[in-house]
Amino acid sequence: MMNKDNSIKFLQGNEACALGGITAGARFFAGYPISPASEIAELSSLLLPQRGGIYLQMEDEIASIAAVIGASLGGMKAFTATSGPGLSLMQENIGFAVMAEAPCVIINVQRFGPSTGVATRPGQADVMTTRWGTHGDHGIIVLAPTSVQECYDLTIEAFNLAESLRTPVILLTDATLAHLREKIVTRTDKELSIISRQKPDQVTEDYQPYRPGPDGVPVLPDFGDQNILRVTGLIHDHDGYSTPKPQTAGDLVHRLQQKIEGATSLMPAPRYFGSNDPEILIISFGISARSAREAVNRANDQGIKARLMQLPTIWPFPEEAVRYACYGASAVLVAEMNSGQICREVRACGIQREKVVGVNRADTAVITPGEILKAIKKTWFRWGFHPI
Amino acid sequence: MSIDYSVYLAKERLPHLWCPGCGHGIILKNMLISMAEMEIPREKALLACGIGCSGRAGDYVNIHRFQGTHGRTLAYVTGIKMAHPELKIFCFMGDGDCSAIGIGHLIHAARRNVDVTAIVPNNLNYGMTGGQFSPLTPGESLTSTSRSGKAEPDMDLCRLAAEAGANYVARTTIYHVVEMKKRFIEATNNKGFSLVEVITPCPTYYGRYNQLGNAHKMIEWIKDKTVPLHKYEEMSVKNQEQHFWRGKLVEKHKPDLYTRYWQHERGMDHRA
Repeated sequence: MMNKDNSIKFLQGNEACALGGITAGARFFAGYPISPASEIAELSSLLLPQRGGIYLQMEDEIASIAAVIGASLGGMKAFTATSGPGLSLMQENIGFAVMAEAPCVIINVQRFGPSTGVATRPGQADVMTTRWGTHGDHGIIVLAPTSVQECYDLTIEAFNLAESLRTPVILLTDATLAHLREKIVTRTDKELSIISRQKPDQVTEDYQPYRPGPDGVPVLPDFGDQNILRVTGLIHDHDGYSTPKPQTAGDLVHRLQQKIEGATSLMPAPRYFGSNDPEILIISFGISARSAREAVNRANDQGIKARLMQLPTIWPFPEEAVRYACYGASAVLVAEMNSGQICREVRACGIQREKVVGVNRADTAVITPGEILKAIKKTWFRWGFHPI
Repeated sequence: MSIDYSVYLAKERLPHLWCPGCGHGIILKNMLISMAEMEIPREKALLACGIGCSGRAGDYVNIHRFQGTHGRTLAYVTGIKMAHPELKIFCFMGDGDCSAIGIGHLIHAARRNVDVTAIVPNNLNYGMTGGQFSPLTPGESLTSTSRSGKAEPDMDLCRLAAEAGANYVARTTIYHVVEMKKRFIEATNNKGFSLVEVITPCPTYYGRYNQLGNAHKMIEWIKDKTVPLHKYEEMSVKNQEQHFWRGKLVEKHKPDLYTRYWQHERGMDHRA
């Protein structure tokens, strides 16, 4: 009999996110109800207390992320879930979590449009909001799953990255993935490599909580430990005391960016599907990448040399891998459900402008394999490749 | 007193950046003295500050210190306290921080009855940014953004916190130093949400704009404007508008958030 250990489940994306977080060791969730993310809060409210964890429903998203940061600095792995309007409210405190080096995971279930938009329909237009939403120069990690299995796996990955680099990590899903039900295989924490933040190995009177380690990541005590923790959003020295010194300010802001940019080898690498020797490269992420994968399959069947590059890590943008993948291709299509946010980033990698074509849909519907295939064929014929 | 309060103090960080005549140092010292009297171990105490003049208090202590974003202190400490219930958490939030941008979190922290001690040094204006009026600035006051007198009325933060569900609420002033320490101790010993508002002088801005004289004169002014709560309640509304009350408004013993959460969750059947 298969599935004796109940490891195979039939879940929706939101449930997989909650389960992934708890498997990764999260014991604190604070959130505010919002479509299409509410199931993550609902399942967390049920499961966390059974594991000695805390579920808090806060007065708004600002308070939610604040409570998450507080719990994280108190020693718990903590997360929240929201959608566009809530993500906008959280931005100031996401910057604070970067500055305070408070590990936490923010699941952003994208919905359509600016403002209230369409609350129950998908979009992928929060790509730049997750990167540049909070003010000031900073590094940020954003992961994007394409399936319910990846919702589970990448939530665990998000916690591992947050804990090892002491930084907020955003998981970017969408309304379709959130409510899509699929078979997934779950694992216990013992079967997985679960990473928890480093703790100081000795107690000293003058412990410097913000002295960076060789990887640029400091080893912070928790609030309540014998070593004293001083946290502030002001520019601070290694002791955690505020200072406006130019040298300290420059070093700190540089380090906060560098510890992320320098750790890309820890982040999920792009995945490739289809022709190994492509004329046409399709770059996509999240739910769009599923349609793109099917489109590439169909194109390959029709003799068109197309390949999909799926980006599980959106930020830091995998510049080198994109440049390398684009190198051999004659045309690059970027399929996404927005007006061209990743497309712009691909062009910024230095890829010839005319070579990069956006395949966009931004109208509350999921982009279809047919639409992407049509774009592939159009490019194939326009560039005068072998007729089918 | 078995602990010397100076163990909580980061002496090497002094002198502080507060203006001459500011009351924040007196309030901070009183807080540390009351901690010493309660013999709170250094590593079990946390000072959580907001943004503004009072937000800088954290730079002068040698205990765990947290300073988040403007107005959100009580939301952060709700998370900290639930993750780490044995910490004694003191919040230091100015009148602008607590009564304007952070008012929503105050109401909900009081409603949840989070076991923290909120100290609100009320200097009647935004000092750090140049003396603009806050919601607690008395009506008609002159400030850098109300040159012809503040048109808006002020409000009573203490009554709001009490109405929202706080276990302990009191108000005192910088002049009543002994009473202040007593209130801090009562507030901390009450397991649940406690708020102590302390009216304090800002001679640099509020005092200067309203021609209240130097720090000494401002303290006298505060003393003369303040009456005990029972006397205040007997006053006419018009007379009340000219005065601050001081005293203990609420002292209850409802269970705090952490206690209620676990009482409730342990009682549930979780076979989902």
